[in-house]
Amino acid sequence: MKFGVVIFPGSNCEQDCYYTIQSVLQQPVEYIWHQDTTVKGFDAVVLPGGFAYGDYLRTGALAKFSPVMRAVADFAKKGGIVIGICNGFQILTEAGMLPGALLRNVGLKYLCKFEYLRTETVDTPFTNLMTKGQLLHIPIGHGEGNFFADSETLKRIEDQDQVVFRYADAHGHVTPEANPNGSLNNIAGIVNDQRNVLGMMPHPDRAYESILGSADGRWIFESMVHALVTR
Amino acid sequence: MKATVIVTLKPTVLDPQGMTIQRSLGSLGLTDITDVRQGKIFEVRLKNGSREQVERLAKEVLTNPVIEEYRVIWE
Repeated sequence: MKFGVVIFPGSNCEQDCYYTIQSVLQQPVEYIWHQDTTVKGFDAVVLPGGFAYGDYLRTGALAKFSPVMRAVADFAKKGGIVIGICNGFQILTEAGMLPGALLRNVGLKYLCKFEYLRTETVDTPFTNLMTKGQLLHIPIGHGEGNFFADSETLKRIEDQDQVVFRYADAHGHVTPEANPNGSLNNIAGIVNDQRNVLGMMPHPDRAYESILGSADGRWIFESMVHALVTR
Repeated sequence: MKATVIVTLKPTVLDPQGMTIQRSLGSLGLTDITDVRQGKIFEVRLKNGSREQVERLAKEVLTNPVIEEYRVIWE
């Protein structure tokens, strides 16, 4: 089993992801350069947070033209597991690998704080070790995390059980007050219809050891390992 | 030849930045302005007048069709 962490010019969370996989999960991991044209030999690909290509034009908009993204799209089409965290989520929506888009936060502020996430489905390679409704305490750090999709797309995402995480309060209630950025239906993370590509704005790579305030991010990475071991 | 590409959020998409601009106008006395929507302008120069390339640029690069729309002004 081998994880790959893609580095775009402007990525800044690749070391967090690498460390989480190597030192905490103790799984093999390598960086993948954005100019690479293949992801051959990798079993899971991580698109890390940051500001790929300076987030010029729109967040994630220019990263989708990187040579590596064509390879990542092929990899996903064949069932490969892909997780996009924060800027990685924005890139996946821009590349058309996930539905919807991420708009400016409703309050216009960059938000950097812990949030509670309610797990909405365990039928994914990212949540298979968890229980439905399980609360995760994981931080966000973004200015454009306001999930938007037109009403038809939103209905399809909901009907097909593609919402993986919603912002909730400490008791697990999904309320307008618990929504930090204006995301429709409090959506914090979704999968594609094949269920092998996850995009999420919160950072599990910033919550892998209790010394960081929470180790809940491990649930997601450990579920990915479980999915790869058992498939 | 020059083209100007104007990209705006679709009318159905919330524009937090435009709303914030509009809300700040009261202190200037611009009370008749009820709505502000912001967007982007791209000035493009091209050598052979290939309108198709500008259309592709606008469609495939400058616009995210999920949230935005564009129009091109030719000069």
